[in-house]
Amino acid sequence: MRAFSRLARYSLTDLARSWWIAAYALFFAATTSTLLYFGEEPAQAVASVLSLVLIVIPLVSVIFGLTHLYGSRDFVELLLAQPVDRRSVFWGQYAGLSLALALAYVVGILGPFFWYGLENAADAGTLAVLLAAGTLLTFTFVGLAALVSVLTDNRMKALGGAVALWLYFAVVYDGLLLIVMILFQSYPLERPLLGLVLLNPLDLARVLVLLRLDVAALMGYTGAVFQSFFGSAWGVALALVSLAGWAAGPAVVAARVYRRKDF
Amino acid sequence: MVEFRHVDKSFGALTVLRGVDVRVRPGRITALVGPNAAGKTTLIKCLMGLVVPDAGDIFVDGVAVRGTAAYRDRIGYMVQVARFPDNLSLREVLDLVKDLRGRPATLEDLLLGLFALEPFLHRPVRVLSGGTRQKVGAVLAMMFDPEILVLDEPTASLDPLASRRQKDRILEERARGKTVLLASHSLAELEEVFDQLVFLLDGRVCFDGTPEELRELARERRLDRAIARLMEASGS
Repeated sequence: MRAFSRLARYSLTDLARSWWIAAYALFFAATTSTLLYFGEEPAQAVASVLSLVLIVIPLVSVIFGLTHLYGSRDFVELLLAQPVDRRSVFWGQYAGLSLALALAYVVGILGPFFWYGLENAADAGTLAVLLAAGTLLTFTFVGLAALVSVLTDNRMKALGGAVALWLYFAVVYDGLLLIVMILFQSYPLERPLLGLVLLNPLDLARVLVLLRLDVAALMGYTGAVFQSFFGSAWGVALALVSLAGWAAGPAVVAARVYRRKDF
Repeated sequence: MVEFRHVDKSFGALTVLRGVDVRVRPGRITALVGPNAAGKTTLIKCLMGLVVPDAGDIFVDGVAVRGTAAYRDRIGYMVQVARFPDNLSLREVLDLVKDLRGRPATLEDLLLGLFALEPFLHRPVRVLSGGTRQKVGAVLAMMFDPEILVLDEPTASLDPLASRRQKDRILEERARGKTVLLASHSLAELEEVFDQLVFLLDGRVCFDGTPEELRELARERRLDRAIARLMEASGS
């Protein structure tokens, strides 16, 4: 545990000084400021930021994560040659990397919202869900980057795999969902769809935030079913547990492979 | 004593180590030599737990090291390519390794002085040249005054003065009773340093003995020629 916390701290310190992380935070700060400045109310800005979050966070987390993990291979060899177990090195690096990206995101979004002021407590709650969803997505996609990086030593192959994963979750999965909905349109699909949403962290994050914005009515009967499910305490809990599962799952699998990996 | 027993390792279809048996004698300097891709670094990485052997065992003072980490507290390891987190200073890198070991680095100041690294202490590591990073690697390996030193290409990328100091330091460590295992692809570079020579070729031990024994075996006075003889005899 001592080795883990020290490694996470050093990794976070290293990345907190990185220009890339600063640029990432600035990007969120600039776009959120612009949306808040031109938008009529914070809820609108949250909806617009959400669209951005669902594209940018997974892509940056997976690509920056991979680049960082491959770039630090030589240093990892030096760390693994110390009297510390592999688990501490893996989780220390994963935590430092994920936290650096998540903090940049939270600071980048939160800063402008504080600057422009929140209109009411309900917006604060929605903002908290947006921040939590973005943070969990960061951990998920850094975990996926970690998984790809332990499965292959070929950087180009890894980069291709990472982009393919991002495409799958951001585009292909919803396309497949749409095909299923068209093929089975005469059947009641609302409940199976609920289950299918749990299988994609991006859809999960989208639904969690959107349902707080009172736009469920625009989504017809499906929206009403989703609202009644994810609006309930049980539904929110299940959604959060699923998102947390996504945040932990790929990293847990990567850690298992890492235990026997050759460096 | 460090002992490798019947160590096998393959990476996919590529067999790198084939039943390697090596005994690293305590208090002596053993050099692992061989051409590129002979398996030197892989063998060292197996000892350090970086590579998991397919078969065989490695012992440090009679205790099998597979799957354990505590034995590494007694070993100082100098990596072949020293790279550190870009945005940390040299001071922070040294502190990180000290934090991980959880004990003071008794030789830190002496080694920083020896390799003239004090001016770089508060600079980001990314601005250091390759040779300077190698010196940092040497300091990290030796600063805890470990009983066993494992040095992979210890003089690579070093300028002549630093190389001289590095070799003198290795000899001094032997004089202080330390066990040293070093790997090099260049025999001439470290000829003056080692007592014992292990020659690896295609993942097999071709020769294990003293330089004098090698000269006698190959009937050559120069070690590089003797090694060339061995390679010819092996059909390379």
